[in-house]
Amino acid sequence: MARGARLRRPFSIKRQPGFTAIALFCFFALYAPIIVLVVYSFNSGNSIAVWEGFSWRWYRSAWENDLVIEAATRSLIIALCASLAATTLATMAALGTTRTRPYRGLTVVYALINQPLMVPEIVTGVALLIFFALIKVATGYTGLLYLITAHTAFCIPFAYLPIRARLEGMDLALETAAADLYATPWRAFRRVTLPLLWPGIMAGGVLAFVISLDDVVITELVKSAGQETLPTYMLGQLRRVITPEINAISSVLLAISVLIVSVFFAFSRKGD
Amino acid sequence: MRDGGGTTKGIAVRGVSKVFDAAAAAVRALDDVSVTIHENEFFTLLGPSGCGKTTLLRLIAGFESPSAGEILLDGAPLAHLPPFRRPVNTVFQNYALFPHMSVMENVAFGLEMLGKPKREIEKTVNDMLRLVRMEELRDRATNKISGGQQQRVALARALAPRPKVLLLDEPLSALDLKLRKEMQIELKRLQKDTGITFVFVTHDQEEALTMSDRVAVMSQGKILQVGSPREIYEHPAKRFVADFIGETNYLEAEIVASGHGQAQIRLSSGAQIAASLPEGGRLTGKVTVVVRPEHASLTLDAAKATFSGRLENIVYFGTDTHYHVRLADGSLFTVRMQNARGHEETDRINAEVGVILAENAAQVLRD
Repeated sequence: MARGARLRRPFSIKRQPGFTAIALFCFFALYAPIIVLVVYSFNSGNSIAVWEGFSWRWYRSAWENDLVIEAATRSLIIALCASLAATTLATMAALGTTRTRPYRGLTVVYALINQPLMVPEIVTGVALLIFFALIKVATGYTGLLYLITAHTAFCIPFAYLPIRARLEGMDLALETAAADLYATPWRAFRRVTLPLLWPGIMAGGVLAFVISLDDVVITELVKSAGQETLPTYMLGQLRRVITPEINAISSVLLAISVLIVSVFFAFSRKGD
Repeated sequence: MRDGGGTTKGIAVRGVSKVFDAAAAAVRALDDVSVTIHENEFFTLLGPSGCGKTTLLRLIAGFESPSAGEILLDGAPLAHLPPFRRPVNTVFQNYALFPHMSVMENVAFGLEMLGKPKREIEKTVNDMLRLVRMEELRDRATNKISGGQQQRVALARALAPRPKVLLLDEPLSALDLKLRKEMQIELKRLQKDTGITFVFVTHDQEEALTMSDRVAVMSQGKILQVGSPREIYEHPAKRFVADFIGETNYLEAEIVASGHGQAQIRLSSGAQIAASLPEGGRLTGKVTVVVRPEHASLTLDAAKATFSGRLENIVYFGTDTHYHVRLADGSLFTVRMQNARGHEETDRINAEVGVILAENAAQVLRD
């Protein structure tokens, strides 16, 4: 009977020895540092290790720091432009790779689109640094476009993947039905494909936005003098004096990311 | 063939072939198919899966283009028209309702795309929803209604632009039996009420027989026979047609004399009977003859029998009973008789029994 009972009980990871201990350790390793970081952002003293009392002092300080605001604004502009461009390109790429008859070399196209996922970021960064340096010398332009272009490029696969998943899950008969009901290809796209694809596009866009917002490596290498984004500004600060202001900025960035990712989940679940 | 002229109303399919190039192997889905579908007709393409019936439908709709041949609608070739310019609408197998639109918006879609004025769209949508009895659910999301209701919406959506031809791709296969019976009657009613040509694809022979004005039986990319349900059932021209539709008995025979669609044939038992010949072409010598089980009956009176055999098995079906008779040449012959009262007592297994064929029961096959 005992054997039968054991056979009937499905395998459950929860019953393996040490499950609780390992789980607790993982959660601790993941969240304890973040909790400490957030807690000390409210420290009234100058230390990031000695608690002296609660205060909004460092948030105020960060808000009043022109360099922080400037870097944050630049980050948002880049993230917004890059995610818009990347999502648009990714949508077209996804349509191009799913709404055609499979052709030879399709796998190569997938690889090309997802290249930023495979090439080490530092390599891309160095390559862009040298490439853009040549252009800067040739044209004399040193504006934000370099950063936006670089961010767009590495955001494309992050936008592409959810959009493609959505397209592949879509019933092709719907587009056929639209054509059958006198919709030209463009109107079928506008009235049927695009509305149904929208959750995927939003998810891709949000993901691209978050990825762009917290990029350090490529930004650090590509940015022209004085073009600090929030992450590179924070990195710079860490090399000098560390005050809980860094904690405060980090906490705000964290809050924004959590908020955006929640929106992402809300969208990817919608309409399924 | 009643007509073949270029100016006839309806659909003319002329020598159409369709070859799909799937990597190395080319698949011939349609092989030199010609058929004429009349205006206002309920026309059914019947055949097993993979016989090319859906391909033919998709060619008429314009989702695929023929590898050879042409399709004409009211005498005009369709080849250069993309699907969105053809006055042809489709009811898809899984309905393909737009999930982000309400019932009403789905039905209005085609009319909107045609650029009809708003008031006309509203009126037509209302008429269509009334026609399929879906007025109450007009504002529902399409995933919040039952399968049968989705089916009605798909019908209304395809009928709303008043196409010249309505194509139906196994639209009843996803429904349960009871609902399917209801929808069969409904579809027939809609076809009569609207006067639109229906081209209906199915693999269900009963569905084809009960609903259609004419049926085309297809197999392996070819149309084997076109005719009224009665012609197809009672006078199948080919073994596949006889086999695919209903139960049937095969008898080997020899033609003794023929003329005017009738022939005198000699069965292997030696009996000579009259049989119908299939349309077109002369047949001589050895042929196969089919007899439907319900067109034969049993007798103990050897003098009345056409041929005889040993009663091997009796299967009771409630309304009728099947008698399996082993003939002298070793083949099995099935007789179906209604279970009325006062039958001749033939329920004796292993007894020697005689088989009587009804008038005009035998049909000679082409192959």
